[in-house]
Amino acid sequence: MSKDAAADVSVALPHSPDLEELARLSQLVRWHIVNTVAQSKAGHIGGPMSMTDLLVALYFAELRIDPANPLDPARDRFVLSKGHSAIGLYGVLALRGYFPVDELATFDRGNSRLQGHPDMKLTPGIDVSTGSLGQGLSAAVGIALAARKQQSDHRTWVVLGDGELQEGMVWEAVNSASRYELSNLIAIVDLNGLQQFGWPADASRDRFDRSDPWAHVNLRGVFEGFGWNVLDADGHDFSSILEAYSAASDNVVRTSRPTVILARTVKGHGLSFTQGTYKWHNGVATDEQLQIARNELQIEETNR
Amino acid sequence: MKAQRDVWGDTIVDIGHHDPTIVVVDGDLANSTKADKFAEAFPDRFIEVGIAEQNMVGIAFGLSTAGYRPWLSTFGVFMTHRALDPIRMLVSQTEAPVRIAGAYSGLLNGSSGKTHQDIEDLAIMRAMPNMTVLAPVDEFEAEAATRWAAEHNGPVYMRIARDAVRPVLDDSYEFKLGSVVQLRTGGVISLVSTGVQSSRVLEAAELLSQAGIHTRVIHVPTIKPLDVGSLIAALEGSRIVITVEEHSVIGGLGGLVSEVLSELPNAPRVTRMGLADSWSESGPNDFLLEKYGLSPSRVAEQVRAWLNSPVAGTGTVEQVVA
Repeated sequence: MSKDAAADVSVALPHSPDLEELARLSQLVRWHIVNTVAQSKAGHIGGPMSMTDLLVALYFAELRIDPANPLDPARDRFVLSKGHSAIGLYGVLALRGYFPVDELATFDRGNSRLQGHPDMKLTPGIDVSTGSLGQGLSAAVGIALAARKQQSDHRTWVVLGDGELQEGMVWEAVNSASRYELSNLIAIVDLNGLQQFGWPADASRDRFDRSDPWAHVNLRGVFEGFGWNVLDADGHDFSSILEAYSAASDNVVRTSRPTVILARTVKGHGLSFTQGTYKWHNGVATDEQLQIARNELQIEETNR
Repeated sequence: MKAQRDVWGDTIVDIGHHDPTIVVVDGDLANSTKADKFAEAFPDRFIEVGIAEQNMVGIAFGLSTAGYRPWLSTFGVFMTHRALDPIRMLVSQTEAPVRIAGAYSGLLNGSSGKTHQDIEDLAIMRAMPNMTVLAPVDEFEAEAATRWAAEHNGPVYMRIARDAVRPVLDDSYEFKLGSVVQLRTGGVISLVSTGVQSSRVLEAAELLSQAGIHTRVIHVPTIKPLDVGSLIAALEGSRIVITVEEHSVIGGLGGLVSEVLSELPNAPRVTRMGLADSWSESGPNDFLLEKYGLSPSRVAEQVRAWLNSPVAGTGTVEQVVA
């Protein structure tokens, strides 16, 4: 794919539930993640890539949004609570048409709209500034509560990391969402089972090369105990993801509870050398690794 | 005399009648902060979050993105300490119109003791970009500052005292952001204070006057953004500047005035009086003010002691009230 062709994607691809198209978009986003971080010489890889399919499905097949009118009051809101995965969101927003794909090259470079963590004051399509973990769900509760008060039927979607759930503020918000019966609030937990460092391997419980942060906790039961609808999804299977989004959307009108989608994912998913290891939480790919990435993601040489 | 918290509660109710964007987000303390008046008047615009201060800030921010302009109702100490990170991230960095009513400010909080005494709030909040930091002196200024904050389209932190003090202004007072208020003129000694402590400092000045020591009293209601010119004008001709605050001597009003004067040629030295760099205790207001050096008589006594000390005016030491 040429540079121009990559830029054209944002124009050529409208709201589409075509699974093959979504898969191709995910490959592009993953390429932008690993390549952009390599060019800027610092950034996160594992978290952005574990949530890529979730975001692509959301932005290209679920959210009621208009990239030409990013502040439309009726739009669905999206909060990336795990703000350090910003480059993944930027890749999706660029392909969806919020800003030029070429602008990804400015990520982390200084004087850029694309900060290391999402900044609602700078970047079109960012509804909430995040970065210090655990704050996004509270903000989303406020947004969903305002929607109720103003009788607006937009939904508020939030992506949280499983490591992030260790922050106590998350559970304050989980409680409030239930207390205020915010069925218009949908949380997606990117359960990649790894965090930046975490705990060492435990033979019986481990996921990949470190211990799952929630190894001894029944997260489904915890959310159910707080009064939430709980859905499961395979976070790398578009059929499973779209089914969960559809069920969550139904819950908005069918129930009086907020909904959480527990999405099983793989950290660094999509590249042989990044997936399933905590070591690629951050990382800068070598030229050789970028070539491997091109091959595995089927990105032609002419694309930057 | 009317307590600032009652004034705040009544004023936001009054504003609520014509401003539909005002909402109150409470941390289970409305009957202490007096936000309960608003809860009764506008139940649909009162949001009880419970005992979860970080979440309060997040929810208030979320509401602000939809056009609401929330007031946060809880003890200031839980905002400036426990909820500091969400304030920094979601309010200060985004310039959200979230107003923090820092109730039970300073040392006097109804005998709750050091856990609830917020004596670092001014230092913390004035270091925060985009934050307006207000500390009104009495009931009249509390109302005027609340009305100003209600119109302001950015983050505000405002100290609100639990108990009434002797008023020093009247209902003709007009709050002007940044400007200092000269409560007493005359002399080359200036006592500079903020918040309700300014009322007690004015009493101290009256005591000093009876002893033949004439001082100015300058009240600083806006810790940030300070109109530096108005402070310098009020201090003109002063040879000795003493700051007195119901706050740690570190980083609050004393820090602010020192910073300003340190950049002026031939400026008078600044002596900082306030709470020592240590923790206080539970006790009735009179006890605390007396023991920790903030009562009018204790302020007067310390000013006299400083003026009589051999180092006064030599610019070699600072005085910290123990």
